[in-house]
Amino acid sequence: MQVTVKVLRFNPELDSKPHYETYTVEQEPSDRVLDALNTIKWHIDGTLTYRRSCAHGVCGSDAMRINGRNRLACKLLIKDVGSTITIEPILGFEVIKDLVVDMEPFFDSYKRIKPYLINHDAPPVGRERLQSPEDRERFDDTTKCILCACCTTSCPIVWTNEEYVGPATIVQGHRFIYDSRDQGGQERLNMLNERSGVWRCRTIFNCTDACPRGIKVTLAIEQVKRTLLTGE
Amino acid sequence: MYHRYDALVIGAGGAGLMAAAQLAGKCKSAVISKLYPPRSHTGAAQGGIAAALGNVEEDHWVWHMFDTVKGGDYLVDQDAAEVLAREAIDAVIEMEHMGLPFNRTPEGKIDQRRFGGHTRNFGEGPVRRACYSADRTGHMILYTLYQTCIKHDVEFFDEFHLLDLILTDDGICNGVVAMEVLTGEIHVFHAKAIILATGGYGRAFQVTSNAMAATGDGMSIAFRRGIPLEDMEFYQFHPTGIYRKGILLTEGARGEGGILRNADGERFMERYAPTLKDLAPRDMVSRFIWQEIREGRGGGPNKDYVTLDLTHLPPGALEAKLPDITDFVETYLGIDPHVEPIPIQPTAHYAMGGLPTDVEGRVTIDEENTILPGLYAAGEVACVSVHGANRLGTNSLVDLVVFGRRAGRHALQYIAENELAPLPPEPEYRGRAEVANIMERTTGENVADIRQDLQVQMMDKASVFRTGEGLREIERIVRELKDRFHHVAINDKGSVFNMDLLEALELGYLLDCSEALVAGAVAREESRGAHMREDFPDRDDTNWLKHTLAYRTSGGLQMRYKPVVLTRFEPKERKY
Repeated sequence: MQVTVKVLRFNPELDSKPHYETYTVEQEPSDRVLDALNTIKWHIDGTLTYRRSCAHGVCGSDAMRINGRNRLACKLLIKDVGSTITIEPILGFEVIKDLVVDMEPFFDSYKRIKPYLINHDAPPVGRERLQSPEDRERFDDTTKCILCACCTTSCPIVWTNEEYVGPATIVQGHRFIYDSRDQGGQERLNMLNERSGVWRCRTIFNCTDACPRGIKVTLAIEQVKRTLLTGE
Repeated sequence: MYHRYDALVIGAGGAGLMAAAQLAGKCKSAVISKLYPPRSHTGAAQGGIAAALGNVEEDHWVWHMFDTVKGGDYLVDQDAAEVLAREAIDAVIEMEHMGLPFNRTPEGKIDQRRFGGHTRNFGEGPVRRACYSADRTGHMILYTLYQTCIKHDVEFFDEFHLLDLILTDDGICNGVVAMEVLTGEIHVFHAKAIILATGGYGRAFQVTSNAMAATGDGMSIAFRRGIPLEDMEFYQFHPTGIYRKGILLTEGARGEGGILRNADGERFMERYAPTLKDLAPRDMVSRFIWQEIREGRGGGPNKDYVTLDLTHLPPGALEAKLPDITDFVETYLGIDPHVEPIPIQPTAHYAMGGLPTDVEGRVTIDEENTILPGLYAAGEVACVSVHGANRLGTNSLVDLVVFGRRAGRHALQYIAENELAPLPPEPEYRGRAEVANIMERTTGENVADIRQDLQVQMMDKASVFRTGEGLREIERIVRELKDRFHHVAINDKGSVFNMDLLEALELGYLLDCSEALVAGAVAREESRGAHMREDFPDRDDTNWLKHTLAYRTSGGLQMRYKPVVLTRFEPKERKY
């Protein structure tokens, strides 16, 4: 089928401001939006620039705004978006070139939540720490996060408030706060209790809608809020 | 720009991050990666990581070692397989201590599942050896190692593309040249030890499970500098890729009870491997799938696929143990695997070959295993060789952590004992010239066209079934494609984030790896593991129980051979 792809483009070495360019390509309905971008890059205009790697929704490289919604270009099929596709960079971060944005602030925020196991006791020698399937289940959903930034850059609070850590950082905090093996929960909860933390969330649910891994992001944020209020 | 370190890791997948975790805080080290670390292809691994923990049934590391050797069709170096199987246990425990969220048994231990070719008591039947975390075990390993590196303040150069290795006239490796993708600036990294962990090159094939970034960068760059590539003719096709797209559907699906069926609904693997059936090793299952298709028992209008049937799994099994592949099948095929069998075909998956190393991860350069001082390799880029002619499922993840850890630890020792050798004059000139050559040409061949031709032809002539005639044909084709590649021109002439340039460079790497694969395959007149020659259908231990070393010389590729290390297990006929 014929597909019209309109891309918001910006080349810092040539352009003073972003502009749209429109391309017409032939794709199978079962192709990914990423395939359409590849067709353009490989056969029409090699300067079109975007990040991509795994091409099946697990590496998190190709988050972009597709017809106004944050999606991974490799996890959305042409037949599910139709024959006219508008593609823009994710919002809230500085655009480097075309669909590539500066991810450094995103990773900086991620690192601040101490996204690693904190446990001051020596682990058992020669065997694993034990954890019941029920305890393991508590944080299962948030282990799926691939740091693609679809959630954070779909959040209107993030767009208007530079302080807010954003949903992805809270998801990564959640992954350790509810891990029975971790002892750093209180540190992270304190961080998320600050002005920049969970209380900025207005339960808009854009993050949950945007997550390509199906993580219940808003629920995770609500769980952190509840723990802050009740200690549970 | 010039940088100075004690040790550098190139690549931020499982092997690179495991190596980096050993170096952190003990020397001045950094990781250089063309992707942000969580984008690395280790994250796409699904089913599990083998370790004879014996958590759910009796198991022993020596059984794991035997399965690895037999699975590799006896081309495995058995000293290395012993290290792999023994240290897998400790490496898995170490990652659990780092925080890896494995699935758990009711007693709270790491749960284990079945996988292809892993058996109890030297082949009696399947064993539960694969430690897993749903069907995103690779993702969990990648994230746990990345988290550990963040915890220990590892320094990262994210989105830096490797251009060259720096070698002194004395044959020491003491640095790398890399391009900062953001700016196009060329950097020289001067260091005592370099650990290559740049992964594989699945993108040489049309249908592949591999990421677009899997273009054999490290293998090719070392090969160009005179370092041999070992056993490149052994390339694994994973039996169950999503039809036409190649996206991986884990062997864990068969470990949980999934069945392969031909168009008649027959469970055809019973005919070929009566004991292990659908859980036979990957080389065999891929071959038998193609055999079913060739004999007219494939499904669909073109009769060109078989199906993976998961419809009979117990309720909840897909959600609890295979949620990602369920999602992939729904997303990319529009099929609900609870009620409908999944069309699959073998997909290019894993390079058994790579840079020859010893068990410490040191790169070796000849039949005598002479060390190249300062250079290490670990993970898919390396050939230790623990996978021989065919890797067992889950053993790539074991390889990453066991040999990534060994390489990191040995590099620490090496940098303590050695001085930093001075750089050769103009260390960046090769890298700079290669980039300039592509950037300056205004008209010429299209990168994507050459790559497409390569992928189609490699799939056709150098995949699951091979013939001497087809291989000689593809040998000529790859040569022609290399000639065309010398005339590529790209559109993007900018410095900032020039992915057009990177794709051109990556095509060069793919062509080198393909050339070595094909040359090894033409020469090897036998069938062993993943290398199936229809004109030489039998394994020939008398003449071919040996590793290929492919060298690039001014007179073309040269093939040399080195013996296989045999310790506990005598080569035998392989039956499952």
